Amino acid sequence: MPQFPNILCEVLTVLFQPINKNYHEFIIERDKDRCINCQVCVRQCSYEAHYWDDNRQKVMHDNSKCIGCHRCEALCPTAALTIRRTPSEFRPNANWRPVFLQNIYKQADTGGVLLAGMGSPVDIPVYWDRLLLDASQVTNPSIDPLREPMELRTYLGTKPDRLKLLENGQEPPSLQTEIAPQIKLDTPIMFAAMSFGAINFNLHRAMARAATELKTAYNTGEGGLHRSLFKYGKHTIVQVASGRFGVHRDYLNAGCGIEIKIGQGAKPGIGGHLPGEKINDKVSETRMIPIGSDAISPAPHHDIYSIEDLLQLIFALKEASEYRVPVSVKIAAVHNVAAIASGVVRAGADIITVDGMRGGTGAAPAMIRDNVGIPIELALAAVDQRLRDEGIRHKASVVAAGGIRCAADVVKAIALGADAVYIGTATLLAVGCTLCGRCYTGKCPWGIATNDPRLSKRQNPDVASRKLVNLVNAWSHEIQEMLGGMGLNSIESLRGNRDKLRGIGLSDTELDILGVKHAGR
Amino acid sequence: MSTTTTSTAVLDATGQYYKEFNEQIRELVRQGVTEFRLDNVNGQRYIATGLEGDFIFEINGLPGQDLAAFTRGARIRVNGNVQDGVGNTMDDGKIVVDGMGGDVVGYAMRGGAIYIRTDVGYRVGIHMKSYLDRRPTIVIGGKAGDFLGEYMAGGIILLLGMFSDKSDAPITGRGLGTGMHGGVIYVRGNVPEHQLGPGLRSRPVTPEDMQVIEGIVRDYATELNLDAEEIFSESFTKIRPFSHRPYGNMYVPT
Ligand code: SF4
Ligand code: SF4
Repeated sequence: MPQFPNILCEVLTVLFQPINKNYHEFIIERDKDRCINCQVCVRQCSYEAHYWDDNRQKVMHDNSKCIGCHRCEALCPTAALTIRRTPSEFRPNANWRPVFLQNIYKQADTGGVLLAGMGSPVDIPVYWDRLLLDASQVTNPSIDPLREPMELRTYLGTKPDRLKLLENGQEPPSLQTEIAPQIKLDTPIMFAAMSFGAINFNLHRAMARAATELKTAYNTGEGGLHRSLFKYGKHTIVQVASGRFGVHRDYLNAGCGIEIKIGQGAKPGIGGHLPGEKINDKVSETRMIPIGSDAISPAPHHDIYSIEDLLQLIFALKEASEYRVPVSVKIAAVHNVAAIASGVVRAGADIITVDGMRGGTGAAPAMIRDNVGIPIELALAAVDQRLRDEGIRHKASVVAAGGIRCAADVVKAIALGADAVYIGTATLLAVGCTLCGRCYTGKCPWGIATNDPRLSKRQNPDVASRKLVNLVNAWSHEIQEMLGGMGLNSIESLRGNRDKLRGIGLSDTELDILGVKHAGR
Repeated sequence: MSTTTTSTAVLDATGQYYKEFNEQIRELVRQGVTEFRLDNVNGQRYIATGLEGDFIFEINGLPGQDLAAFTRGARIRVNGNVQDGVGNTMDDGKIVVDGMGGDVVGYAMRGGAIYIRTDVGYRVGIHMKSYLDRRPTIVIGGKAGDFLGEYMAGGIILLLGMFSDKSDAPITGRGLGTGMHGGVIYVRGNVPEHQLGPGLRSRPVTPEDMQVIEGIVRDYATELNLDAEEIFSESFTKIRPFSHRPYGNMYVPT
């Protein structure tokens, strides 16, 4: 390089950078008056955006490395850091939005498939926001949950066609019908399937403990169950996916339910792939695969190519667990979800979990995550209606997942026909996730989607479990209040009670699918 | 109906629904019975599924789908053919089939051995994996259908192609070992190149491989009363994954 003065050199290096490097998403603002060069940010940032510059003897940063997780900002002791989005300086274009430009630059450089983490950020209608709840006035008075009993208890599992009672006139009648095994939940909110491996052991332990304290359930996801967590089995739903990682007879008998994962809302039609980097000793022990090898879950279960095959696996699992626990089948919300659900129930599933397209994921091809599937609200309404029309709604409980953000969403989901919901993204948010969307890198700065011991120790299982308990308790209280306001004293009276919902700003077709009237009617 | 001789329980499966039949077996297991002879088996599913322990089964007839799924430790001998899904996700044990195997034999098995005397169907040994000292093994005396060893992550498949009813068929169908990222497939003789999954090549075996093959073949021959030397009269080739991370470089972060 010719002899330019130092400062010019720097400008030139910047200018010579490839477009990717200049066109980044975030900008790190460091308040020079406040920064004390303590290097906390250097240690906290797992993406190495902050660094110690030996020449200048001060902390510097590289904006292009920042993924916007806000960890450094939160931990800077002098509040010297602010992370901002870089506004696009390109000519505005409603069609060629910045995300498309950025992705094309990256793909032209690498030839790679775009990989994404977390739920889709795409602007697809959120029907929860277009549904309004009812409340009692004058007649059918509202109920104060602080003074009166308010039942949130929920049982998941197949219910009998009819009940037969034995009455002999003297003793109180007794139940003759044998009731199939059920999962008993004190609140209709469960922690969604997030595998050990995708998230770390501290969080699995936190979910197990929180579910136990709340008397609800959490789902292991497809990465098996570490033996030290078997003791929380009464509140654990164990998952069986196509890779069959960590699936063995003890595992199948460790929980209160077994779930066959057919599909995931965030990536319907796609399998899973946990990169070798995330397979450490404990993950390897739990999944029962060698350390460092990729854990690939093929898209289909290769023993399931039909509803008849699904039936076969459902009953294989029932045989292996001696019919002690209900078997759930999880499917992604896709176009024909109602017909598929009907088949699943007829195949003998005791619970069907429907996962909407806004559900989270540790990693998914971005094109799939953002374009495949349908929102949970429409899928749930369609499934519930179809099962009712066919007279088989009682044969399986329906669990809704993928995009539940608050207690009102839970109430609306139950009014649309769900028995209970799974919360996944909300669970992670509760322990500090900032939705940076980079879960697949294994570098989660908040210590969530990572097995790096240096990072995962940022999650203390005691604190995390307390937060999860707080969240679900708060939501449960809110649900009770909303129920009370509608004059209902039990969650059972809300299930599928679409008269408690009204649509706002929805087309006739949308209202028809949701099975609700427009507000004002 | 069951009769218990000295230590072997003899069960007649005639006209029995699988659910009751398997419950009978589990009840006998609870009573401490460890050896079973099951006669007139005709399509009953899930026999020995989920059992753990050193049980011995002799099955006469045609066991149904998912024989010994999720099983850990049972030793099973089938005098006849089997349906699909034998040894599905099995953990440990040994299954010897003196006949034909169906589709998806040994899906995701992570331990034990399955010996099939003649042909098998599609998708056999898919996603087999090994872990620590466990190295699952499948031996097929006849020919295999499409996608043998797809997604294989560990263990050994040995394909002999000798005792087959399909004289015109190639030794294996399409897509052998597609997406395999662990384990090894040994084939007696050669595999037509176009039957291999993308990126795979077959290679000659090494003396170390031969040692492994010998051990397996001798046991297989003993179990099925075959002539091991005849099996050794031809050379072997092997197919190994080209990478432990076949899809490692496919992605770019958004
Ligand atoms: S990636 Fe996170 S920790 Fe690193 S600079 Fe950006 S906001 Fe700070
Ligand atoms: S879990 Fe971690 S990596 Fe994933 S979105 Fe949240 S903060 Fe980012």
